[in-house]
Amino acid sequence: MTQAVSPHRSFQGLILTLHQFWAQQGCVILQPYDMEVGAGTFHPATTLRSLGTKPWRAAYVQPSRRPKDGRYGENPNRLQHYYQYQVILKPNPPNLQELYLASLKAIGIDAALHDIRFVEDDWESPTLGAWGLGWECWCDGMEVSQFTYFQQVAGIECAPVSGELTYGLERLAMYVQGVENVYDLNFNGLDGDDKVTYGDVFKQAEQEYSRHNFEHANTDMLFAHFKDAEGECRALLGKGDAGDHHLMVLPAYDQCIKASHVFNLLDARGVISVTERQSYILRVRELAKACGEAWLKTEAGGA
Amino acid sequence: MPDLLLELFSEEIPARMQRKAAEDLKSLVTHALVERGCVYEGAKAYATPRRLALHIAGLPARQPDQREEKKGPRVGAPDGAIQGFLKSAGLSDLSQATIVNDPKKGDFYVAVVETAGRAVPELLAEIVPAIIRQFPWPKSMRWGKASQHAGALRWVRPLQSVICTFGPETEAVEVIHFDIDGLVSGDTTRGHRFHAPDTIQVRRFDDYVASLERAKVVLDTDRRKDIILHDAKNLAFARGLELVEDEGLLEEVAGLVEWPVVLMGSFDPGFLVIPPEVVRATIRANQKCFVLRDPKSGNLSNHFLLTSNIEATDGGKQVIAGNERVVRARLSDARHFWELDQKPLPGFEHVEGTLLDQRLAKLRALNIVFHEKLGTQGQRIDRIVALAAELAPVVGADTAQAKRAAHLCKADLVTEMVGEFPEVQGLMGRRYAETQGEAPSVAAAIEDHYKPQGPSDRVPHDAVAVAVALADKLDTLVGFWVIDEKPTGSKDPYALRRAALGVVRLVLENKLNLGLTACLGRHFGVIGQARSIAADAGAPGDLLSFFHDRLKVYLRDSGARHDLIDAVLASGQQDDLLMIVRRVEALGSLLDSDDGKNLLAGYKRAANILRAEEKKDGEGAFAGAVDSGLLQLDQEKALASALASVTQQVSEAVKAENFTGAMSALATLRPAVDAFFDGVTVNADEAGLRINRLRLLSQLREATRSVADFGMISG
Repeated sequence: MTQAVSPHRSFQGLILTLHQFWAQQGCVILQPYDMEVGAGTFHPATTLRSLGTKPWRAAYVQPSRRPKDGRYGENPNRLQHYYQYQVILKPNPPNLQELYLASLKAIGIDAALHDIRFVEDDWESPTLGAWGLGWECWCDGMEVSQFTYFQQVAGIECAPVSGELTYGLERLAMYVQGVENVYDLNFNGLDGDDKVTYGDVFKQAEQEYSRHNFEHANTDMLFAHFKDAEGECRALLGKGDAGDHHLMVLPAYDQCIKASHVFNLLDARGVISVTERQSYILRVRELAKACGEAWLKTEAGGA
Repeated sequence: MPDLLLELFSEEIPARMQRKAAEDLKSLVTHALVERGCVYEGAKAYATPRRLALHIAGLPARQPDQREEKKGPRVGAPDGAIQGFLKSAGLSDLSQATIVNDPKKGDFYVAVVETAGRAVPELLAEIVPAIIRQFPWPKSMRWGKASQHAGALRWVRPLQSVICTFGPETEAVEVIHFDIDGLVSGDTTRGHRFHAPDTIQVRRFDDYVASLERAKVVLDTDRRKDIILHDAKNLAFARGLELVEDEGLLEEVAGLVEWPVVLMGSFDPGFLVIPPEVVRATIRANQKCFVLRDPKSGNLSNHFLLTSNIEATDGGKQVIAGNERVVRARLSDARHFWELDQKPLPGFEHVEGTLLDQRLAKLRALNIVFHEKLGTQGQRIDRIVALAAELAPVVGADTAQAKRAAHLCKADLVTEMVGEFPEVQGLMGRRYAETQGEAPSVAAAIEDHYKPQGPSDRVPHDAVAVAVALADKLDTLVGFWVIDEKPTGSKDPYALRRAALGVVRLVLENKLNLGLTACLGRHFGVIGQARSIAADAGAPGDLLSFFHDRLKVYLRDSGARHDLIDAVLASGQQDDLLMIVRRVEALGSLLDSDDGKNLLAGYKRAANILRAEEKKDGEGAFAGAVDSGLLQLDQEKALASALASVTQQVSEAVKAENFTGAMSALATLRPAVDAFFDGVTVNADEAGLRINRLRLLSQLREATRSVADFGMISG
């Protein structure tokens, strides 16, 4: 069984190895946030915890939904639902690059055999009002991670700066397992009848959600949901406001996340015009900013 | 004489910023030294992905003593002024000042302030940290624990260590000590991230470069470029292939590696059904790899070259295999887009016409904004279609084809392929048009209407392409003139200078007679009306002179004398660019001849006399007709009759656009002009004679003016 959970045998082995590695660096190993998000950054453990002065170290897998990237299970590289492995270290330790490289070594990428590179990539999330400088990390020409030093989140200067690492797990697993099609990934590391592939687990879901995202999602309902989430976020921020401290940021932030995902679905359905698009992004950003400001008035936010 | 070695070692610096940063470092440090009186023998800066380095050779050990004279108040000035002077000059007593006499101002005080020069290391310990703190990175960041506090050090990426040593070639060097937010300068660095990660101690530049080289770091960007280019060519040659050279990519790749190792990979030849430009764009943009071609056929090969940063222990097998996987995935995507673009577009299947017509319908439906004040892409296409139709007969194009090409020219903007690779816009439209049965001229025009993109880009010659290319550029230019967003100084965000130069080249290199005034005037009306904006009344004239400016640059670059261009432009309203050039050429050959040179001398003499006499009699005093009854001498009679016939010939020749003819006619004036000045006194005592002779000279001036303003010709 130990063989089965080695990172180049199984998808889950890769995740477990990263958990081991980052747990040893003092990270709290969290579970995925229980809401639909577009990226691991949306998890409050990153977005909100990167604000304020309190130190924080966390690592977790975050299922990420990109409704527009659905390909009905037909494209070997593109998915509307995939896993990101997210690490957040606040403040960033001075040897974060070395730690990252050590994590690659742990999952079996030997720097004497593979060409690992840090290629400029400035990260920006217009919906979160966030930006940072960093790189795409390349392994033999393939982007396997994003490495960002957060400078601003929710429109607020990060003080101190956090280092964020995001591993594209499927890509990385395809690389270490040497498979060409994501659906061929060995999920559990077993052989023969006992083997479970990524396709066994997710292919049907990709097909069904692609139909949903592009053809059948009820847009009238989604428009209403967007408005409701936006309204509820503001209402909760109002009700939780106790002057110099805040009592209800996390529930309000959930509504911000919800609005963001509903917007992504509407975008995939093609019902948002180019000009409207910008204004929707701005509306979500306003929510994120308000939540960020409220967070600074909570205990975890350093108040 | 001592040298300075400075190294700023950081996490990976973006490739595109490295060269400029090295130059900035050099000029900031050397300027600061020179400002303090420290001159040096030579300075050179270097950059790798992880370091900026600066070597300054031949610095003094001590700054020269400084002597400054400070002017004070006059002797006997009020006490307040005297005290202020003493304070600012750092004197304790007036006796320390000297008294200087100025013939106009009388006696006044001067303080001579002498400061002993300081040790250069001491200066550097101030200069270098200040430069690091203020370094002009395009984008910089904070990091780590220190970033909690305001005013934390910023750098392009976290700065890890600083070397700063100073000393003569033969003796021990000293470390110049400073501390920036806990980052302490020293004499150590690190080598290659994977091959030599340990600390290296260095003394001065020579052993620094040698130690780095041993630690698998090539310090000099240009040397890394040479290595990559040389190895790439050799690898290609060994395979019977040829490198498709790409300077921009080479510069970027050299900024991504400290130890370049070029390796060759390949992909399934089946991918070569994708247009070669797309294959190249895919491999270049995503993989930073070079493509290769067969030197005989010129066709793209299914091999590519990657530049690795390591000497892998397996000789690069896994690095190649990994890159091949990515190339394969990217090319699969590209092939997928290529195929998808040639299928009916969901939601637009019922649009009449071809598959590109469906894309155009989508482009219109999306209401993509071209510019807030100038409307959507769809509206712009309508204007280009109308303008291309108007230009078609002028440039000799089939109107229906010009309209069709203009109609489709932006349709590829909504194809999957252009969405993924914006640099193949136009080209993809052409390829799809070809496969969808458009006329060859129409297909070619879709690609070529963007051309020429600059002074060295290809100019289309097919009349359909010329019509659409002109329409596209003129619509852009007139549009931005209507909304008054013209280029200023170095700011030209819409590349309007390039567009105007494009028009100039299209017109001249296709020998087109295009009356710009009428054409621009109409289009100002079209856009103004459509967008309900009243353009400034001077805008069309202003745009015309913008074309003249581009024309001057173009002609100057092709070797024409700029005084001749000015002379031709000054001779009146010039809205036909080709005619301007013909005039310049004809004028040039006239002035190359002896007759021309002497005529010019005669003209200048006439113009000087006229200018002097007009000062007395007033502007236009000699504009009247020559009274033949008052012509006394043979020489003035001869000039009058020569002028009469030449003026006639010149005006006919100009009308027929025969500028060489006009110039030759002018040249025949030379003997009469020479004889006139030899034998005739212009300023005769008798007033009537004087006026008449001046009128004759005025006619000479007018005769030349119909081709050029000779007054603007130098020499």
